Amino acid sequence: MLTGLEAIFFYVFAFIAVAAAFMVISSRNPVHSVLFLILTFFNAAALFLLTGAEFLAMILLVVYVGAVAVLFLFVVMMLDVDFAEMKQGALQYAPVGALVGLILAAELIIVLGGYTFAPELAGSTARPTPPIDQRHNTAALGDIIYTDYIFFFQIAGLILLVAMIGAIVLTLRHKPNAKRQSIPAQVARTTATAIEIKQVQSGKGL
Amino acid sequence: MEVGIAHYLTVSAVLFTIGIFGIFLNRKNVIVILMSVELILLAVNINFVAFSAVLGDLVGQVFALFILTVAAAEAAIGLAIIVVFFRNRGSIAVEDVNMMKG
Repeated sequence: MLTGLEAIFFYVFAFIAVAAAFMVISSRNPVHSVLFLILTFFNAAALFLLTGAEFLAMILLVVYVGAVAVLFLFVVMMLDVDFAEMKQGALQYAPVGALVGLILAAELIIVLGGYTFAPELAGSTARPTPPIDQRHNTAALGDIIYTDYIFFFQIAGLILLVAMIGAIVLTLRHKPNAKRQSIPAQVARTTATAIEIKQVQSGKGL
Repeated sequence: MEVGIAHYLTVSAVLFTIGIFGIFLNRKNVIVILMSVELILLAVNINFVAFSAVLGDLVGQVFALFILTVAAAEAAIGLAIIVVFFRNRGSIAVEDVNMMKG
C-alpha cells in the first residue's frame, strides 16, 4: 500500500499518534489531555491522508480539532474541579485495566495476524474508488453521498440537529429574576388594568 | 519496507486498547473517559479508512463520515450533561453519580 518515503512517514505519524494517545489518558492535567488529544487527531488525519482519504482527513481536523476538542477545552476550563484530588487512587484500578487491555490487544492481534481476504471479495466492491486522475477524493465521495446515501446523510444532519437542541435545552438556565416578555400577560391587558384615571383639580398638581 | 493494511490495523488496535485502558485508569474523571471514547471511535475510523483504501471501496469512507457525525453529537451531549451535573452537585466524580439509586 505504502512504500519508501510514505512508509517512513507512516511510522512517524503512527508513533506520534500512539504516544499522544497514551499521554491523553496518563497526563495529570486534563488541559494537557485535551491538547494531546488534538495531537492524536492531527496525526490520525495525516494517516488518513497517506491512504488517500483527503476529505475525511480535512473533516477530522475541522470537526474534531476545530469543534470537539475546543468544546472539551471549554468544559475543562469552565468547571472548577480539583483534578489532582480526582487522580488519587487512580492506580488502584490500573492492574485490572492493564489486564483487560492486554487481553483485548492479544485478541485483536490474533485476529489481525490470522485473517486473509476471501478470494471472491475482489470483485464485490459496492462503490469502487475512481482513479485519482479522473475524479479526486472529495468529488468521488460527493458523487455517492448525495445520490445513494442521501437519506443517511440527511439522518446524520438530523442527529446533529437533535444534539444541538439537546445541548441547548440541557444547559439553558432560567434565572428567576430575569425580566422577560410575557405575551399572555400583554394580550390579557384591559383598559381597566392598564390605565388609572385620576381626577386632577384645576390649579393643583397631583 | 512496505506498509500494508496490517500496519494500519495494528495502529488502530493499539489506539483502541489505549482508549479502553484510559477508561479504567481515569475512572473518576468523566471528561477523560469521554476523551477515551473519542480515541476508541478514532480507532474504528482508522479501520474503516484502511479497509476502504485497500479494497478500493469508497463506502468505507462514507461510513467513517457518519461515525464522525455521531461522535461529534455524542461529545456535545456528553459535555452538556457534565456541565448540568456539575451545576447540581459541584462535582464531576463518577462515584457521585448516584442520585437515581433509590
